[in-house]
Amino acid sequence: MWVNNFLILGAVLFAIGVYGVIARKNAVLVLMSIELILNSVNINLLAFSQMHNNVDGNTFALYIIAVAAAEVGVGLAMVMLIYRNRKTIALDDLSEMKG
Amino acid sequence: MVASGIQVAQSVGFYIVAAMMVLFAVQVVASRNVVHAALALVMVMAGAAALYLLLAAEFVAVTQVLVYIGAVMVLFLFGVMLTRAKHGIDTDLNNKGWMFGIPVAMLMLGVTGWAVIDGWKDTTLPEGNGPIPTSAVSDSIFKPYLLPFWALSFVLLIAVIGAIVLARKD
Repeated sequence: MWVNNFLILGAVLFAIGVYGVIARKNAVLVLMSIELILNSVNINLLAFSQMHNNVDGNTFALYIIAVAAAEVGVGLAMVMLIYRNRKTIALDDLSEMKG
Repeated sequence: MVASGIQVAQSVGFYIVAAMMVLFAVQVVASRNVVHAALALVMVMAGAAALYLLLAAEFVAVTQVLVYIGAVMVLFLFGVMLTRAKHGIDTDLNNKGWMFGIPVAMLMLGVTGWAVIDGWKDTTLPEGNGPIPTSAVSDSIFKPYLLPFWALSFVLLIAVIGAIVLARKD
């Protein structure tokens, strides 16, 4: 199999995830798009790991999975807090900081 | 064009799984129903686990199933339910400027795709290495990458504490 098969699939998933982060208003859906991005990176890491017959890529992929789990936990807690205070999780309503 | 180093069965499996993953990923970012988007994300994760098996990374594939399909998706579904997402079709899920995402994503795909195709033209994956043994992964984690592992334990601990502090009601 070509390495490029996996790398291009990773690029496609990454682009879809970036589109989701930009286009979505619902905070939970933005977090889901971030998960897509992290998964595409994992596919790339494992493809390189297999290509060089080196186990480091597997280690990095496991670490990314752990970081992604932590990120989802904190992210959803923040979403819950915002929902409790404002009764909405639409990201374009959160404009107090005028960012 | 059948070059050496192209395993037909694996390639067919890869293309089926990859097509499924791309379709479901598009549904994640385009669906008008939050629960459908979450379930499409489950299918993307499952496809990724299948690809990890194709890449001989057994332990990562099992971890993917346990952590993502098992734990993270439950968290997402809790998040959807607890924020009282509208049941069925919700037309208010996208930003006003959502169409700007399309050129940005296309540009990103073009640049990364070009870099990948230019960089690894027709490099093939080596055959017959067999699955990467889990003992090798654990040797890698607990010898050269021990310090990041410790740091990661603290990250997880702090994330758990932070989630509790954020989400509890006083």
